[in-house]
Amino acid sequence: MSPEPRLIEVRKNVLKQNDVLARALRERFREAGVLAVSLVSSPGSGKTAFLERMLTLLHSRYRVAALVGDLATENDAARLARSQAPVKQIITGTVCHLEAAMVQNALVGWDLNRLDFLFIENVGNLVCPSSYDLGEDLRLVLLSVTEGEDKPLKYPTIFNSADVAVITKSDLAAAVEFDEAAARRNIRAVRPGMEIFKLSAKTGEGVDDCLEFLDRRRTNSRAEERPLTRTCS
Amino acid sequence: MHELSIAMSIVEMAQEEAARHGSAQVHAVHLRLGLLSGVVKQALLSSYEMACEATPLEGSQLLIEEVPVEVFCPKCELPRAVNSIQWFCCPECGTETPTVLHGKELEVVALEINQ
Repeated sequence: MSPEPRLIEVRKNVLKQNDVLARALRERFREAGVLAVSLVSSPGSGKTAFLERMLTLLHSRYRVAALVGDLATENDAARLARSQAPVKQIITGTVCHLEAAMVQNALVGWDLNRLDFLFIENVGNLVCPSSYDLGEDLRLVLLSVTEGEDKPLKYPTIFNSADVAVITKSDLAAAVEFDEAAARRNIRAVRPGMEIFKLSAKTGEGVDDCLEFLDRRRTNSRAEERPLTRTCS
Repeated sequence: MHELSIAMSIVEMAQEEAARHGSAQVHAVHLRLGLLSGVVKQALLSSYEMACEATPLEGSQLLIEEVPVEVFCPKCELPRAVNSIQWFCCPECGTETPTVLHGKELEVVALEINQ
């Protein structure tokens, strides 16, 4: 007769490996003084258009670069390369989200000390990316006006995991009778106090506010985290 | 659908832990799964079965304890379980709060192994 099974305590986070790598990445970003910003949204919310606009505008003043995740094509990287900023595509194959290890591998050969902003565009998916820390300083969740105001209520986990919400394609708001107040209410129901921007990457409306916010965040995080730089040099 | 890769990590972790305790046979894995973990219980259960195939864990059970979402209410100054993950507010006083204390768990807490 086989003996009774024995219960042993484990207490281990299943995503520990990813979390350890993400922490190491966050530390590297901090040391290099680069603000890492990741983007999540459903497919077609305008992540790439947003990024294209941001890279183009930031490129004149700052050193910016981007990593873009996609299941199969390199189309997004080719599109973003027009901004003149260094862009690397991460092809995930069948994987529906980015993981910290993919970010780490994609950064090989890049000197983070020579960057001010690093954007990480996740695979278009509102479910799986929420579980994976990429070491980013800020996670932006995009919601286009054409998607419906109740998206945050349908995908509360990812909206809750984000730091900032960006309502995109504002130029189409009137055409689709977008209820902005309802969208804002729903975003803040799943993440009270979340910063929200509304913009159009196409017309440029509202882009400046978001840009200023990122600029401020970078300045603040550098001032907070590298207090000795100025006094020592 | 990232549950399969998560299930594979669980199987790998369970095998390592069992080996550390001098056993190759795992009867059950106890997992705590937060409602905000981004992992779906049913999908994880079926993925687990697949992930166990042709491993020493084949035939083992995945026992999932779901962890409700608990926030910190700044007004009551107390941890509170939210009524719905579509509204992060204190169920007692209605104050909205972004401070999540529990609900993101995805952890293996125990194993049942052969002596």
